[in-house]
Amino acid sequence: MKFTKTLITVLLVVAMALCVPFAMAEDAIKIGIIGPLTGPYAQYGLAVEYGAKIAAAEINAKGGVQFEILAEDDQGDGELGVNAYNKLLDDGVTIMLGTVTSGSCIAVSEYAYEERIFMLTPSGSADAITVGKDNIYRVCFKDSAQGTASAQYIVDHKLATKVGIIYNNAQDYSVGIYQSFLARANELGLEIVATSSFSDDKNADFSVQIAEMKNAGAELVFLPIYYTPASMILSQSNAIDFSPVFFGVDGMDGILALEGFDKSLAEGVMLLTPFSADAQDELTVNFVTTYQNTYGDIPNQFAADAYDGVYALFAAVEKAGITAETSPEDACEMLIEVFPTVEINGLTGVMHWDSTGEVDKTPTAVIIENGVYVGAK
Amino acid sequence: MIQFLSHIISGLSLGSIYAIIALGYSMVYGIAKMLNFAHGDVIMIGAYVSFSATQYFGMHPIASVVISVIMCTILGIAIEGFAYKPLRKATSLAVLITAIGMSYLLQNLALLIWGANPKSFTSVVGLGTLSLFGGEMHITSETIVTVLANIIIMIALTTFINKTKMGKAMRAVSEDKGAAELMGINVNLTISMTFAIGSALAAIAGVLLCSSYPSLMPTTGSMPGIKAFTAAVFGGIGSIPGALIGGLLLGLIEILGKAYVSDQLGDALVFAVLIIVLLVRPAGLLGKKVHEKV
Repeated sequence: MKFTKTLITVLLVVAMALCVPFAMAEDAIKIGIIGPLTGPYAQYGLAVEYGAKIAAAEINAKGGVQFEILAEDDQGDGELGVNAYNKLLDDGVTIMLGTVTSGSCIAVSEYAYEERIFMLTPSGSADAITVGKDNIYRVCFKDSAQGTASAQYIVDHKLATKVGIIYNNAQDYSVGIYQSFLARANELGLEIVATSSFSDDKNADFSVQIAEMKNAGAELVFLPIYYTPASMILSQSNAIDFSPVFFGVDGMDGILALEGFDKSLAEGVMLLTPFSADAQDELTVNFVTTYQNTYGDIPNQFAADAYDGVYALFAAVEKAGITAETSPEDACEMLIEVFPTVEINGLTGVMHWDSTGEVDKTPTAVIIENGVYVGAK
Repeated sequence: MIQFLSHIISGLSLGSIYAIIALGYSMVYGIAKMLNFAHGDVIMIGAYVSFSATQYFGMHPIASVVISVIMCTILGIAIEGFAYKPLRKATSLAVLITAIGMSYLLQNLALLIWGANPKSFTSVVGLGTLSLFGGEMHITSETIVTVLANIIIMIALTTFINKTKMGKAMRAVSEDKGAAELMGINVNLTISMTFAIGSALAAIAGVLLCSSYPSLMPTTGSMPGIKAFTAAVFGGIGSIPGALIGGLLLGLIEILGKAYVSDQLGDALVFAVLIIVLLVRPAGLLGKKVHEKV
C-alpha cells in the first residue's frame, strides 16, 4: 500500500514536470534577460527586467508578434552569467537581451558568438563586448563614445578651457571613458590641467584629488564615474568651497535618487545621458507613469535602454519574419541580416545600428537645477 | 606649504578615525586574545542606525549618535555572548573563522534590512568649515570634532583602564586569565565589558567616518576595518597608545602617499609600511612591553 502511494506520487510529480513546458504560451517568442537581480548591483538588473516587461506587455497588447520575457540572475558575475545563459537556452529562449553589466557581458558574449545566439545588451558598455562579434549588438553607448561625446560637447559649448579629470582606475568603465575623453580633448586642443584617480569607491578620502583640481585652476571637472563616489566628491568639494562645473556621464544618473543625499550639492552638475525621466515628451511620460504605477519607482537609464531594446528586437523580428518556431541559430542569422536596417524612435532617442553592433543616437546633456534634470542648451 | 598643512590635517582626521577603530581591535585582542574581524561591520551597523534614526524617525543627530552607541553596545555584547563565548576553550583558528563568519553575517543582515542601494549619510556635525589664510586652507567641523573625539576617547580610556576597578580587572585578565579567575575576577563579565566598550567606540567611529566620507553601504566597514586592524598591528596590538600612534601614522601615510607619491598607490603604501614595520619590529611600534598589554 505504501509502495503504491509512493509510486503514484512519483508518477504525478513526473507528469507535472512534463506538463509545464507544454502549459506555456507556445506562440510567444522567448527573450532571455541576464542581469544582477540580487546583490549589490540589483538596481541595474531589476530596472532592465522591469523596463523590458513593460515594453513586452505593450507589444503583446497590439496582438501581433508575442514576446515572453524570462529573466535570470547573474549577480553581475561572469561565471554566474554563463550559467544563466545556459539555463535560458534550456528554457527555450530564442534571443538574448543582456547581459546587463559589462564584465558578465564580455564572458557571455563569447559563448553567444560561438553558439550563434543573437544578443542585444541594453547596458553593457565596455568596448570589447561587440568587437569582432557580428551577432552582438547594444542599445547604450559604448564607453569610448561617451568620452568622445563629452569632450566634444564641452568644446562645442565652450563650457571651460581648463579641465580636470577624476576617474576610477580600478574600473574598466571609467578608464575606458577617461582614455577616449583624453584622446578627443587632445585633438580638440582642450587643456587638461589635472588628472587624478582613485581605486576604491567605499568611503574614500578625496581631499587630495580635489586639492589637485583646485590648485591647477580647473574650471570644469570631468567625472567619468558612478554616482556614489561622485556624491562624495561633490560633498567634499563643497566643504572646501571648490565649485567648478562638474560634468558627468551616464554613471552619474541616479545621484538625485541617492537616499539621504543633499540635492543642493548637485546644483549645476551637468551630465551627458541619453535618458531623463523628467523629459516631457509623451513616450517618456507614459513610460515613467506605467513604471511608477507597476514598480513604485522612478525608472533610470537602464530601464529605458531595456525598453528600447525590446522595441528594437520587435522591429527586427517583424522585419525578419521570425516566429516562435524559428530556431535560435536561424533567428540569429536573420537578425544579423535585418538589424542594421532597423530604426526606432525610443526613450533614449532616435537610433539605428551599424553592422559592428554599435548604436548611433544623440546624447543629450542635462543640467541639475533645483534638484531635477533640466535639458541643457 | 599651506597645501602640505592641508594634507597633514586630512591625514590626522582620517588617522583619528582609524585610531578609534583600532582601539576596538586592540582591546579585544589584549583581553580576549582573539581577532574580532566583525569589528569593521559593527562600525557599518552603527552608521546605519544613526542614519535610520535621523532619516526615518526624524531624530536629532546627537540623539541618533546616542541611540547608535547603545545599539552597538548591545550588539557587541550579543555577538560575544552568542558566537565567541561558547568557543572560549576552542582553538584560536576556530574563533578566527567564527569572527569572519560573523562579519559576513552582519554585512548580509544589513543588505537585507537596508538594501543594496548606497545611502548618502548626512553629517551629524555640519557646523560648516573654518577658512584660514584667506581661503587657502579649509578645516571642516567634522575634522575638528573627529580629532577632538579621538583625544577625549584616548584620555578617558586610559583613565578607565588605570584608575577603575573594572580597568584593573581588564589588565589582570589580559595578563593571565587563569590567575585572574583564581583571584575572584569574573572573567566572562570582564570580556563582555571589553566587547561593550569596543562596540560603543565602533558606533562613534562609524558615525564620524560617514560624517566625513558620506557614503553608506553594507560593505562600508570592511576597508576601514582592515586598515584599522593594520593600524593596531602597526602600533603594537594590545596597546592603547599603540592604536593611537598606529592609526594617526596610517592616516598620514595614506594621504601624503596619495598626494606626493602616486594617487593610485595610497592603499598599497599603507600595507607596504605594515610589512616593513613587522619585519623590523615584529611586535609593532609599541608592542614590546608585555606587561602593559590591555
